[in-house]
Amino acid sequence: MGAYIIKRAIISVSLLAIISFVTYGLNFLSPLEPAQLVLQAQGVPNITVELIAETKASLGMDQPFLVQYFDWLTSCLQLNFGNSYVSGKPVWSLLGPALLHTLQLTLVSVAGIILLSIGFGVICALREGDLLDKSVRGVLFVLASMPAYLLATLMIWYFSVQLDLLPTSGMTSYRSYLLPALVITLNYAGIYFRIIRSSMLSQLNEDYVLYGRACGLPERTITLHILRNSLQVAVSVFCMAIPTILGSTVVVENIFAWPGLGTLTVNSILGRDFPIIQAYVLVLAAAFVLFNMLSDLLGAALNPKLRKEL
Amino acid sequence: MNLIKNMWKDKLAALSLTVIAAIVLAGVFAPWLAPHDPHEVDMELRYAAPSWAYLLGNDHLGRCIMSRLIYGIRPSVLWVLAALAASVGFGGILGLIAGYFRGITDACLMRVCDVMLSFPGYVMSLAIVGILGPGLENMMIAFVLAKWAWFARMIRTSVMQYAESDYVKFSKAIGVSDTRIIMKQIVPVALPDIAVVSSSSFASMILQISGFSFLGLGVQAPHAEWGMMLNEARSVMFSRPELMLAPGLAIVIVVMAVNFLSDALQAALDPKLLRSKPQPQRQEFSRTAKLRGEEVA
Repeated sequence: MGAYIIKRAIISVSLLAIISFVTYGLNFLSPLEPAQLVLQAQGVPNITVELIAETKASLGMDQPFLVQYFDWLTSCLQLNFGNSYVSGKPVWSLLGPALLHTLQLTLVSVAGIILLSIGFGVICALREGDLLDKSVRGVLFVLASMPAYLLATLMIWYFSVQLDLLPTSGMTSYRSYLLPALVITLNYAGIYFRIIRSSMLSQLNEDYVLYGRACGLPERTITLHILRNSLQVAVSVFCMAIPTILGSTVVVENIFAWPGLGTLTVNSILGRDFPIIQAYVLVLAAAFVLFNMLSDLLGAALNPKLRKEL
Repeated sequence: MNLIKNMWKDKLAALSLTVIAAIVLAGVFAPWLAPHDPHEVDMELRYAAPSWAYLLGNDHLGRCIMSRLIYGIRPSVLWVLAALAASVGFGGILGLIAGYFRGITDACLMRVCDVMLSFPGYVMSLAIVGILGPGLENMMIAFVLAKWAWFARMIRTSVMQYAESDYVKFSKAIGVSDTRIIMKQIVPVALPDIAVVSSSSFASMILQISGFSFLGLGVQAPHAEWGMMLNEARSVMFSRPELMLAPGLAIVIVVMAVNFLSDALQAALDPKLLRSKPQPQRQEFSRTAKLRGEEVA
């Protein structure tokens, strides 16, 4: 196990290094000169060639590419992502709190997804083909086919406008979590539910189930064994759900005016605030790699067979 | 052709296929089908209720909702289809090369894919739109760049298993050229796998691309797009919630049809799934792989 952890960590670190390089390289896709954007964002009336050159020099943009990259990388490692082009504030002072808010929303939603998908997944697998199974599958299928913004708008319209029960937007009390988290949960539960259900179903026909029944074990014990085995797939899937949802809350956050990453990013995109976009990509990609490693390690801890891969 | 026959037996799949075909045709022939010009503003008809001239009523600028819905098929479905085709084409060619020739080409291509796949796909597309600037073309570029690696990876896996088969080895032994083997023996058998992989991505791409337009990062006004129409309707949802109905239903219907079709396609290609006990593990393989973070969506 120790060797596996070390190998997996080395892969992750090298992946992180390449990711940072690609993220930095994204800048060069831009059709506009960053220095010009900085000046535009600061509202400088007439941008001259000399002014652009001056800004370039002051931001270190006249250095060779690799020098710029390493400067950027070392400051990123100290959580210094530069200053926003638009407001001039340090990126981390904007991104940090936003990340925290999105993380809170994500954790609440993922908890909801896990509860809903395991609960229904188990019940539906045990009662495969009957009315309950069919109706739960149908409802979750429709919910998963709905765009998040439609679901969110319908919920606001019903719960906040018609019934006047919950706040329509913002993050003021625990009640503000309910609607956005519910939208994300319902939108994604369908996908995760299918995985739990089908991995339960594939276990139902295994030899050990037949053996257990032949030995006269009570059905409850057998169900628990099936659940334990089928959750092995689910552990890695749910682990990855955290970074996946973290990166997919954009639409929901914008509708509910949640002060999180999604709202910040869309505003930065519309304002062409590159440092924030870059930091956003870097933080989420890093989260993705780290959680991927975590899920592999968890999987390996649960199932020794997986340790031999790599 | 057995494939189509198998699928046709499934009533739901047949219905989905009909719905999708009808919507695609409506999008292609939008100028002939739409009763009015989708950009025509008529402030006198502001929020007018449905009438015979304007079947679905009018929006906040008095534009014909029916016509906007029909023109909206173009960015919401047809352009998504184009972006999908481009990423499947690009990823498919690379996957085919990697899976057939193996060796150093394969190793290099797959490392590039590894890097691309380690970015969460949605975040990657968002970032590319952010750097290039909002707009339909940039959004398409962003999606192709963020998606191709996933297709390359999946198609490579599929091609590899056929490249090892006896008939390919035999053809190689009697000196058939590589191009001919690929065209005549690999592509035809890998095509169904490619169809399954791409159809299951189609639905999520429709949702994501319309979501981008909803946020104002995609199609720009005054062009009609379903996500954008919903965003416009949202601003008056307190007084006129019924405006959300038409574009909302349109998206849900298309996405559901695509999802049904993709499931039916998988079942039709694997007749074992239709007969007796389903073997969900195989069916769910790509879905699970996606959620484990090996996907770009």
